[in-house]
Amino acid sequence: MKITYLYGENRKKVDSRKMHLNSIPAPFKFLAITLALTVTTGCKNENSKVNDAKPTLASKVNKELPNHWPLPDTYVEGIPVYDTFTGIEPMFQFDNDTTYVVNFWATWCKPCIKELPYFEEFNSNRKTEKVKVVLVSLDFPRHLETKLVPFVREQQLKSKVVVLLDGKYNDWIDKVSPEWSGAIPATYIYKGRQNHLVPSPFETMEELIEVVKPFL
Amino acid sequence: MKQLILFTLTLGLFSFGVPIPMVHQVDDSAAYPGLPGISVGDKAPDFNLKNIDGKQYSFDNIKDANGEAPKGFVLVFTCNTCPYAQANEQRLIDLHTAYAPKGYPVVAIQPNNPASKPGDSFEAMKANAKAKGFPFLYLFDDKQEVSPKYGATKTPEVYLVDANRIVRYHGAIDDSPRDAEGVGEKFVEKAIEAIEAGEDPKPQTTKAVGCGIKNT
Repeated sequence: MKITYLYGENRKKVDSRKMHLNSIPAPFKFLAITLALTVTTGCKNENSKVNDAKPTLASKVNKELPNHWPLPDTYVEGIPVYDTFTGIEPMFQFDNDTTYVVNFWATWCKPCIKELPYFEEFNSNRKTEKVKVVLVSLDFPRHLETKLVPFVREQQLKSKVVVLLDGKYNDWIDKVSPEWSGAIPATYIYKGRQNHLVPSPFETMEELIEVVKPFL
Repeated sequence: MKQLILFTLTLGLFSFGVPIPMVHQVDDSAAYPGLPGISVGDKAPDFNLKNIDGKQYSFDNIKDANGEAPKGFVLVFTCNTCPYAQANEQRLIDLHTAYAPKGYPVVAIQPNNPASKPGDSFEAMKANAKAKGFPFLYLFDDKQEVSPKYGATKTPEVYLVDANRIVRYHGAIDDSPRDAEGVGEKFVEKAIEAIEAGEDPKPQTTKAVGCGIKNT
């Protein structure tokens, strides 16, 4: 299960390295590619032998690398779509100094739509702070193109929007937080290992700020 | 939003398998006045509600498909308007068709306040039941007082109550509330079979996923 996640992460690593390659002088390109491949393969090896506790260069490098967004299964009009919670799980495990405000919502959920402007405003007002708003849509698969995409377009949402399609809710709700009943809206805020779940809508912008403030 | 320090470290322990210090816990009793309601093993609160046929029903006068006192009640809070409730209408029809003859009728209660959800008015309930051919009771919690007694917060949300009026199972109908084609484990059916076999259902509780009940 975890392999999917590391695979996604590794894919991203390679991708970002590729982008840097253009700025690297030719003689060093080979070295850089080799190193990149070593790291990638190294991580995979480490992953496939979970019980093998031997610290490797790869695992060291892995820890020092910045966190990467998990690779989605598909996109719908540019919106990343994750089929399973396993696929999106790394988004809940970033270990850095950014505060992640992850809001679960859907276009059919009225209280969700009502509180969305708070997240949008929060997102745009906090450009200088290390805080990232992610709107995780739990819309029905058949509504992505007919409801979600038009909504995101019409509302011109600036926050990061992703879709989670995993319908086996009882398998993953507790992984977000055992405190969560599964009702939306719900907002999971975390930084490193500090976290907090708000299982209800925000009625005002101030409520949202108050809850996020202790993390900043 | 009222915030209380209900702090329980143990809850944090389960989040990702590692101890996670929780900032604070939100008391959501403000959002859900009915919580904590009742749990498995508790006596199910009685009710006296009007069915779509105009007759009043309580535990005492509900019969199974053979006209006998039921061996159990598949009490489900559900409504017309929630996409999850709609996604489970056929499943409830199938449950009733299969289990009412065996002594376990479905008893649906509509908990939403039509003032908030006009699509859940008594007239709309009648129309929906007729259109879908509900073979089960569809009761209207017109004072919005039954769901708070149970602590139900979502539609659809099931309480399987035995002949002694004891709650034996509480939660989702199955493991795929959104997609009927994705169903692997039928929680309610399994729970009924367990009671029939003189055992306790496993699991006894799951998280019901659906729309928040609008009882205000």
